[in-house]
Amino acid sequence: MNGTSHEPAPILRVQGLAKRFPMPRERLFGPRPMLTAVADVSFDLTAGETLAVVGESGCGKSTVGNLVLNLLAPSAGAIAFEGEDLSHANAARWRARRRDLQLIFQDSRGALDPRLTIDRQVAEGLDIHRIGAPSDRLEKARQMLDSVGLGGHLMGRYPHELSGGQQQRAVIARALVLEPKLVVCDEPVAALDVSVQAQVVNLLQDLQRTYGLTYLFISHDLSVVRHVADRVAVMYLGRFVEVASRDALFSQPAHPYSRALIGAVPAARSRHGRRVQPVALHGEPPSPLFPPQGCALNPRCPFATDQCRQERPDLRPLPGGGFVACHHVENLL
Amino acid sequence: MNLRYVSIKLLRAIFTLWLVVSFVFIVLRITGDPTEQLLPDDVGEEIREYYRILWGLDRPVWEQYLLYFKAAFQGDFGVSFRNSQPALDLIWQRVPKTVELGTATFVTALVFGIPLGVMAAIWRDSWIDRLTMSFAVFGFSMPNFFLGILLILLFAMNLRMLPSSGYGTWEHMVMPVFTLATAFAGAIARFTRSAMLDVLSKDYIRTAEAEGASMSRRVWLHAFPNAAVPVVTIVGFSLGGMIGGAVVTENVFAWPGVGRLLTSSVADRDLAIVQGIVVLVAITMVTANFLVDLAYGWLDPRIRLGSGGQSR
Repeated sequence: MNGTSHEPAPILRVQGLAKRFPMPRERLFGPRPMLTAVADVSFDLTAGETLAVVGESGCGKSTVGNLVLNLLAPSAGAIAFEGEDLSHANAARWRARRRDLQLIFQDSRGALDPRLTIDRQVAEGLDIHRIGAPSDRLEKARQMLDSVGLGGHLMGRYPHELSGGQQQRAVIARALVLEPKLVVCDEPVAALDVSVQAQVVNLLQDLQRTYGLTYLFISHDLSVVRHVADRVAVMYLGRFVEVASRDALFSQPAHPYSRALIGAVPAARSRHGRRVQPVALHGEPPSPLFPPQGCALNPRCPFATDQCRQERPDLRPLPGGGFVACHHVENLL
Repeated sequence: MNLRYVSIKLLRAIFTLWLVVSFVFIVLRITGDPTEQLLPDDVGEEIREYYRILWGLDRPVWEQYLLYFKAAFQGDFGVSFRNSQPALDLIWQRVPKTVELGTATFVTALVFGIPLGVMAAIWRDSWIDRLTMSFAVFGFSMPNFFLGILLILLFAMNLRMLPSSGYGTWEHMVMPVFTLATAFAGAIARFTRSAMLDVLSKDYIRTAEAEGASMSRRVWLHAFPNAAVPVVTIVGFSLGGMIGGAVVTENVFAWPGVGRLLTSSVADRDLAIVQGIVVLVAITMVTANFLVDLAYGWLDPRIRLGSGGQSR
C-alpha cells in the first residue's frame, strides 16, 4: 500500500507497440518492402476491465492481440505485465508467464486439436504448467468444462462431435482452466450464429465477474462490443485513432472514422435519443503497404485539409475524456 | 473401429486382388506362346504340342482361367516351365531376400525422410529446408538403375570400398538399400513437409503456443499426429514404387530376390512363376493399402467415428 496513487496500477501497459512484416522483394536485389501492420499502439489495461479493439478487417487489430501475447515478436515497443517488462523476456520466461495471459480464438473448430477429446485438451494446459497432481488434472478440466456449460457426456467428445457454440465453450474452458489474469479474445463470437453469440458473450461476462478477468476484446462487431466493453479503441490502418469509454464513443464519437463506423450501425442512431451524425467516407481503405502521408484517413475523410495531408496527428487527450488522433476534432464536435 | 468400415475395406481389397490376377492371367496367355521361348528352335511341332498339353496351354483361355483359380485356392500355383518345380516353392525361396532388402529400405527411408520433412517444415525457407528439398528432388528424379550404376562405379570400382554385387554381408546391402531408399525418403520428406506446414499454420498450434507449450510438445504431440494421415498415405502408395524399384535394383546389384526371378521368368515366358509373383505383389500392395486405411481410422477420430456430429 503506497497510498499515493489513486489510480490502480494497470495490469498491462503497452507502449509504442509496432509490427512490420517484410514482404517479398519486387525485384531481384531490390529492397524488401515493409508492411506496417501495427504502429505506435499504446494503452493501459486495468484489472477487471474490458478494452475492446474495433476496426475493419485488415486494420491490424488481431496483430495487436498476437503481439500482446508474444505470438508475434514486436518490431518496436514495450509490454509490461503486472509491472514486469516482458519485451526482453526470453522464450522460457514467456512460457512460464503464459499461464496468466490466455487467448480465445475466433475459429473455435480450428483452435481445437481434432485428435484429442476436449477434456484432454483442457487438461493440457495443466500438464504444461504442472499444476496439481497429474491424476487430478483431468478432474479439474472437467470441472472447468462443467462451469462453461459443457457437462456430462459432452466432456469426452472429440471437437467434431460438438456444435460451434459448444466448441467455443471448450475453447473458453481451455483458456480459463489456467486461471489467467488477462484474456485476449480475438473475435470470439464472430463465427457463431447470432443466438449462440449472445450465450457465449454472456458466458464471457459471467466468467469475468467470477474470476476477475481482464479482457482485451478484439472485434469488428460493434453491437457485441457495445455489450461487453468498458472502453473502446478504434483502429485504422494499424493505429489507434480514438480511445474512449464505451458510452462516450457510442453516443458521441469524435474521430471522423469512429463516426463513420458507429454511424453505420443502425442501433447506434437511436440510443439515448441522440443520433450520431454518420460521416460518409470515400472509397476503400488503402493498402497498408502504401499508407498515405499525413493522417492515414485523409484521402477518404470529408474534413481533410492540407495539414491532414502532411502531418500525422498524434493521439491526444480530449477535454471530455478519451483520446483522439485528429487535427480538427475540436471543430468537428 | 467399426466392423462395417473394416468389412467394406476388406471386400474392396479382395476385389482388387481378383482384378489384378485376372488381368495378368489373360494378358500373359494372349501375348505369346511359351513353347517358342523355352524349347529350342528346331524341335518338331508334336513335341511343342506335347508341352502345351503338359502345361495345359491347349485348353481355351477361360478353362485355363477357371482351373488356375481352382488350383490356386488349394495352394497350387502351377509348376515352373523351366524345371518343373512348384512355382510357389521357387518364389518362397526368394521372398526372404527381397523382404530383407525391402525392410532395410523402408526403415532407412522413414528414419531419414520423416525427421528431415519435419525439420524442413519447422524451419521453413532456411538452409535446412532448401537442402532437404534439393535432396528430395534429386532422390525422386534419379532413376534407380542409373543411381545404382553410379554407386557401383564410385564405391566398387574406384574406391573399392564395397562389393559391387551379390548377397551375404551387410556390406552387400549398403548400395542396394541406398539406391532404393533415396527416392522413397525424398517422397516421404516432401509429403511430411507439406503436411506439417499445413498443420503448423492451424489455430490449435497457436493455441498450444499461447498455453505455453514448448516447441517439441507442439510438434510431436499436436502437429505430427495430425500431419500423419497424408504421410501414411504416401508411405502406403510408395510401397508399389518400391517393389517396382526393387525389381530394377535387384538386377543392377545381382541381388537374388523375387525381382530377379521375375525378370528372368518374364524373359523365358515362365508363366506360372510370373503369375505367382504378380499375385504375391498384388497381395502385398492390397494388404499395405488395407493397413493404410485402418491406420487412418486409428489416426483420425473423424474417420473412426464417422463424420457425424455437427460439422459445418
